Amino acid sequence: MTTVASRPIRVADVELPPVDTAPLRRLRRRRALLQVACIAVTLFMGFPVYLITLAAFSSRQTLNAFPKSLLPSAISTETLNAFLSSTGVLPAFLNSVAIGIGTLALALLIGAPAGYAIARFVFRGRESYQLLLLMTRALPIVVLSIPLAQVFLTAGLYDSVLAVVLVHAALSLPTTILITASVFVSVPRDVEEAAQLFGCTRFEAFRRVVVPMALPGIAAAAIFTFVLSWNEVLAAAVLTLNNRTLPAQVLTSLSDSPLAFRFAGGFALVVPALLFILLMRRYLLNMWGSTIR
Amino acid sequence: MSTDVGQASGPAPAAGARPPRARRQLPVPYLLLVPSAVFMALLFGWPLLSGIMEAFQNPRGGFTLANWERMAGEPRFWEAVRNTLLLTAVVIPIQFVFALAMALLLHAKPKFAGFYFYVWAVPLAISDLAAGLVWLSVFTDLGYLNSVLVNLGLAEHGVSWLNYQNPTSLFLTVVVAEVWRATSLVLIIVVAGMQVIPKDYDEAAQVLGATFWQRLWHVTLPLLRPSLQVALILRTILAFEAFAVAQALTGRNFPLLVGETYEWSVNLQNRAVASAVALVVLGMSMVVAVIYLRALRQPDSVGGAR
Repeated sequence: MTTVASRPIRVADVELPPVDTAPLRRLRRRRALLQVACIAVTLFMGFPVYLITLAAFSSRQTLNAFPKSLLPSAISTETLNAFLSSTGVLPAFLNSVAIGIGTLALALLIGAPAGYAIARFVFRGRESYQLLLLMTRALPIVVLSIPLAQVFLTAGLYDSVLAVVLVHAALSLPTTILITASVFVSVPRDVEEAAQLFGCTRFEAFRRVVVPMALPGIAAAAIFTFVLSWNEVLAAAVLTLNNRTLPAQVLTSLSDSPLAFRFAGGFALVVPALLFILLMRRYLLNMWGSTIR
Repeated sequence: MSTDVGQASGPAPAAGARPPRARRQLPVPYLLLVPSAVFMALLFGWPLLSGIMEAFQNPRGGFTLANWERMAGEPRFWEAVRNTLLLTAVVIPIQFVFALAMALLLHAKPKFAGFYFYVWAVPLAISDLAAGLVWLSVFTDLGYLNSVLVNLGLAEHGVSWLNYQNPTSLFLTVVVAEVWRATSLVLIIVVAGMQVIPKDYDEAAQVLGATFWQRLWHVTLPLLRPSLQVALILRTILAFEAFAVAQALTGRNFPLLVGETYEWSVNLQNRAVASAVALVVLGMSMVVAVIYLRALRQPDSVGGAR
């Protein structure tokens, strides 16, 4: 009995080297520093978005107060309402939505077949076509939009939704092609071949097998195109006069609008970005990682 | 001429089972490419050519350099050139260091990495106009930054950051807004590039006793070279195109090149001079792309990550 009881005591009595907690402490300290650094970066990246939201939801009175409080004191939709009801903003908003949808439809209609060709076929000129696509991304938008304004004037397309859709579709086409190509590459070739072995034609195999599998990726490409169009300022401002998009409307009325209008406009332009990144955060790395080079 | 990818490397029976393709019409891949090629020729090729023509034409259609002289005779043009180059030269190094640091932080797999990544990626989808307006709420005279300064007792009335008499603070506000807006793009490219680097190299270096900085400098950065090259070219060209940030923050007090083309084309209704300025932007972009491609060329023997 004493031996049994003494055994654990004896184990404890054995001179164990003291546990070295230094590595563990170092690890904990590193983890803590890591979090501190991450939080600091997050504050820099996130806080301005909070501030513009705060500004957009402040009343005129709160906006004029100084020094301002960084905490929401009285949430009011006065500023946003004033922005939305000022002339040209609502039509511009609708134009932006229409142009975004038109752009993504046109870019996918033209771009997806090209992406499929690049993903599935080996043909002469494939590499140079991809290189050409990359090079078009290096073309500054100004170089295109100013001569196009002249072209559209003569063609009677100037100041129309269609004109902006055409330019935005052209701007997003290289990216759309490269993204859809990477999407089609990720659909295994075997399933498509299996469908053809079971009697589908090439087109049927594409429609019934490839399209459903590629759909999430295609949707990602579509959202990407929409945001590109939503954010584009210069071409939209150069090519329109009365049928402004939202960014073009905000840009052209910058100099003669009160601060409240600008803050509300900034907020309205930022909200889609928050949603877009939230929806797309899984795809971002694939999209940029695989398509960009 | 056209072969399927699968046919070239795939199992023979699958390839043999397909009937030979009709030879009369264009091969399938070319048919699929035609719409996009035509569309891009019309909306990239044509305007590019007509823009070049326009810049060298007088109103009667003859050759002239008058547009270029008019452009160069404008002091604001040179101010815009200087500002554009200065902004790019200051912003790009900051962005790359910042983005690399952010990517390394994410690479260390902190808790809440998903949330951090989301917040850090948000500016990717924010336009330069919106970014300018966001920072306007911070830097304007009665804005949030001055509120904080006054509340902390650091200044009595705040600092007029956006006053044209303070060119330095004007420039710094644009730098901050640009760094905030466009670092995300570099971050995404660098994180995507880091993901394809096999862990073995870093672990091997660690076993051999390399410090963190040694591993960063001799292992990670060389393997990231293709990603960094793409990011550098893309970011520099996009930096040349920034203008709405400055317009939103400073009005016309901080001219940038693209802002000047906008000014010439929309407010002054002179498309010829606007085209000339636009071609200057194009020329700068091309020069930069060539310089980067040369300077960052992969040594031939090293395959790199790709």
